[in-house]
Amino acid sequence: MAAVHHPDHGHGHEHEHHGAPSGIMRWMTTTNHKDIGTLYLWFSFMMFLTGGVMALTIRAELFQPGLQLVEPEFFNQLTTLHGLVMVFGAIMPAFVGFANWQIPMMIGAPDMAFARMNNWSFWLLPPAALLLIGSFFVPGGAAAGGWTLYPPLSTQMGMGMDMTIFAVHIMGASSIMGSINIVTTVLNMRAPGMTMMKMPLFVWTWLITAYLLIAVMPVLAGAVTMLLTDRHFGTNFFNAAGGGDPVMFQHIFWFFGHPEVYIMILPAFGIVSQIIPVFARKPLFGYSSMVYATSSIAILSFVVWAHHMFTVGMPVSAQLFFMYATMLIAVPTGVKVFNWTATMWQGSMTFEAPMLFAIGFIFLFTLGGFSGIVLAIVPVDIQLQETYYVIAHFHYVLVSGSLFALFGGTYYWLPKWTGHMYDETLAKTHFWLSMIFFNVTFFVQHFLGLAGMPRRTPDYALQFADFNQISSIGAFGFGLSQLLFLYVILKCIRGGEKATNQVWEGADTLEFTLPSPPPYHSFETPPIVK
Amino acid sequence: MNQETARYYVPAPSTWPITGSIALLFMGFGAAFSVNKIPAGYWLLTIGFSILFYMIFGWFRTVARESEAGKFNDQVDKSFRWGMSWFIFSEVMFFAAFFGALYYMRVLSVPWLSDLEHKILWPDFAGGWPASGPGITQKFTPMGPWGLPAFNTFLLLTSGVTVTWAHWALKLNKRGQLKWGLFLTILLGFLFIGCQAYEYMHAYSELDLKLTSGAYGATFYMLTGFHGFHVTLGAIMLTVIYCRVLSGHFKPEHHFGFEGVSWYWHFVDVVWLGLFIFVYWLV
Ligand code: HEM
Ligand SMILES: [Cu+2]
Repeated sequence: MAAVHHPDHGHGHEHEHHGAPSGIMRWMTTTNHKDIGTLYLWFSFMMFLTGGVMALTIRAELFQPGLQLVEPEFFNQLTTLHGLVMVFGAIMPAFVGFANWQIPMMIGAPDMAFARMNNWSFWLLPPAALLLIGSFFVPGGAAAGGWTLYPPLSTQMGMGMDMTIFAVHIMGASSIMGSINIVTTVLNMRAPGMTMMKMPLFVWTWLITAYLLIAVMPVLAGAVTMLLTDRHFGTNFFNAAGGGDPVMFQHIFWFFGHPEVYIMILPAFGIVSQIIPVFARKPLFGYSSMVYATSSIAILSFVVWAHHMFTVGMPVSAQLFFMYATMLIAVPTGVKVFNWTATMWQGSMTFEAPMLFAIGFIFLFTLGGFSGIVLAIVPVDIQLQETYYVIAHFHYVLVSGSLFALFGGTYYWLPKWTGHMYDETLAKTHFWLSMIFFNVTFFVQHFLGLAGMPRRTPDYALQFADFNQISSIGAFGFGLSQLLFLYVILKCIRGGEKATNQVWEGADTLEFTLPSPPPYHSFETPPIVK
Repeated sequence: MNQETARYYVPAPSTWPITGSIALLFMGFGAAFSVNKIPAGYWLLTIGFSILFYMIFGWFRTVARESEAGKFNDQVDKSFRWGMSWFIFSEVMFFAAFFGALYYMRVLSVPWLSDLEHKILWPDFAGGWPASGPGITQKFTPMGPWGLPAFNTFLLLTSGVTVTWAHWALKLNKRGQLKWGLFLTILLGFLFIGCQAYEYMHAYSELDLKLTSGAYGATFYMLTGFHGFHVTLGAIMLTVIYCRVLSGHFKPEHHFGFEGVSWYWHFVDVVWLGLFIFVYWLV
C-alpha cells in the first residue's frame, strides 16, 4: 500500500475511560479489538492443546493393533471431539483472533464496527467449550458419531449429543455475530483512500470468509435443530419410517460443511499473501486475480458438497456434476499457488520463520489439494471414502495449510503485537520440527488409506501396523514441538530485542506505520491512504 | 461536524455481553438437561432465560440512550444498516435449511419410499403429498390454505402496509399518524399470533395433525413454528419501538431503530408468503 499521512502525529490523546476496569474485569468487559483478538488467540491455543491431547490419545491407541489403552466407545468420542474442538475451537477462533487484531489496523479503522458485540462474539465461546468438554463427563459420554454428526448414530446417543448440539448453536451464534462485524467493518470503516482494490489480501479473504460464514452457519444450526427435534420431540426428518431420510442430513450438513472447509483456508490464503511479498521484497504478483480467485472459490464452494457423499448412492449424473464442479475449484486454487510462486520468482528472498511457514504452506497445501483432486474422482473416491486417505488429505490442507499459515502469521505479527522480536533460532527450530513431524505423521496415512485402512477405528489388521507406528511417533513429535511454539511466544511477550515500527524490511501495510506495540486505540483519526 | 460526532463511536467497556454469555451457559446446560428430563435442567433454563431477558433489556436500553444522546454519527448509522441487512440474510439462510428439508422430503424421500423398490418393505405406502411416512399408521388431515391461513396472509400483508405508513409519517414528522400506524401493526401482529395458536389447537384436536405426523407434520410445524417465533420476536420489537415513539424518540432524519425493526417485519412477511405457497397452498 502506498504512502500514508498521519493527520495526528504520535496519537497523543488517549481516551479518558473513566475508571476503565482492570484485572480480570478488563478482559471480560473489553470493547477493544486488540484485547478481544488476544482473547481469541489464547482461547484457540488452549483448545488446540485440548484437541491435541485427544489426538495423541488416539495415536497412542493406534500405535499397535489390538485394543490397549481406551475402550472403543471412548475412542469414538475422542475422534468426534477432536474434530469438533479443532474445527470450532482452535482453527476458526484463531483466524477470528487475527481478524480482530489486524483488520482495523490494516484498513485504518479505530476499532471494529460493533465493538460491544465483538466482546460477546468471543465470550460465547467459553460456554460452548464447556458444553463440549463437559459432555465427556455425563452418562453415556461425549458424542461419538464423528464430527459430522450423521444420523442415525446421532439420533440415538445419550445427552452428550444434546450438549454438542447446543454447543454448535452457541458457536454458530458467535461466528455469525463475528462475521457480521467483520463484513461491516470492512465495508464501512476503511480509511479515506483505502478503496476495495487497495485492501490488503488478508482483509479481502476475510471479507469473503465472513460472507461464507453468514451464509452457512445458520444452515448448520438448522441441521442440528432437526437432529434435536428428531431426538426428543418426535419429528421424523432423518427417519425413513416417517418419510424422512438420514441422507438428507448429509446433504444439509455438507451444504454447510464444504463452505466451512473454505472458511478455514481462505484467511490462511490471506495471511500467506501478506507474508510472501514482504520476504520476497516484491509486490504480490496478480493482486486482482487473487481477489477474483478467492471470490470464485467462495461461489463454487456452494455447489460441490456432495463430493463427501459419493458412496451414499446418488444418480450418476449427480456424481458427474459434483465431480467436475469439485475439480473446477482446483483452477482458482491453482491461480493462487502460481501467483505466490511468481511473487517469489527473482525476489530477493530471506527465510525468517514467517516465510518458512508460508513456503511450507505452499508445498504441503498443494499436496493436500492434489489428494483432494484424487478424491474428487468418483470411481477412485468410492474406494477411498472413509479410509485414512481422506484423513491424510484433510490434515494436509488443515494442519500444513490452515495451521501453518496461523503459525506463520503469528511470527509475522508477533513483533508488532508485543513490541519485541521473537527468538528467530527457536522459531526456525519450531518450523523444522513441525515440518518433519507433520510429514512423518500424515504422509504415511496416504498409504494406509490406499491399502484400505478404515478411519474411525480403534483396532486394525496386522498389515497396517508399521505405518501406524510411524504415524504415532510423528504425532507425538509434532505435539511436543508445539510446546516450543508456546515457549517462543511467552518469551517474546516477556522481552527481547525491540521491534521497529516497520518490523520487516519489505512490510508496507498500514499496521506497520504504527509503533510496535501499537497504542491501545489506533487510528482514532483515520490515516489518508494515497 | 463537531468534535463529538466526527469520531466513530466506540463504546466503553460493558458488562452486558458477559452477562449474556452467563445466560447462555445456563441455557445450554439447562436445555441439554431438560430434554433429557433431568429436573435441575428446568431450573437452569429458567435462570438462563431470566438473565438473558435482563441482558437484552439492559443492552438495548443502553443503545437507545446512546442513540438519543446523539452519539451515533452517519457512519455508525451506516454500520447498523449493514449489520441488520446481514443479520436478516443469516435468518433467510436459517429458513432455507427448513425449506430445503421440505423440498427434499416432498420431492425425493417420500416418492422414493413408495416406489417399486420399496414395495417389499412398505407394501401399503402410497406416497404422494401430504404424507406422513410408511411406518406411521395414524391418519391426519392436512391444513388447507383458504380458511385461517389466507386470513393470516391478509393480516400480515396489511401489517406490512401499516408499518410503511408509520415510517412515512415518521419521515414527515407526523407523530400522530406514526403512533397509529405502529399501533395497528402491533395489533395485526399479535392477532396473527393468536390465529396461529388457534390453528395449532385446531390441528392437534380436530385434524390429528401433530409434530409426530411424519414428513408433513414435521415440516409443517417446524416451518410455521419458527416463523411464528420470529413474528413474536418482531411484534415484541415493534412494541419496544412503540414505547420509544411514545416517549419521543426518533427524528425524521435519524431513526435506524425504527427502520431495522420494520425491515425485520417485512422479512417475516416474506417468509410467510413462502410458507403460504409451499406449506399450505401447494398440497
Ligand atoms: C483442490 C481443493 C480440494 C479438493 C478437490 C477437495 C476434495 C475433497 C473430497 C472429494 C473429499 C471427500 C473425500 C471422502 O470423504 O471420500 C474431501 C474431504 C475433506 N476435505 Fe477436501 N478438497 C479440497 C480442499 C480442501 C481444503 C482447502 C480443506 C480445508 C482446509 C479441505 C478439507 C476437507 C475435509 C475436512 C474433508 C473430510 C471431511 C470428513 O469426511 O470428515 N479440503 N475433500
Ligand atoms: Cu468438500
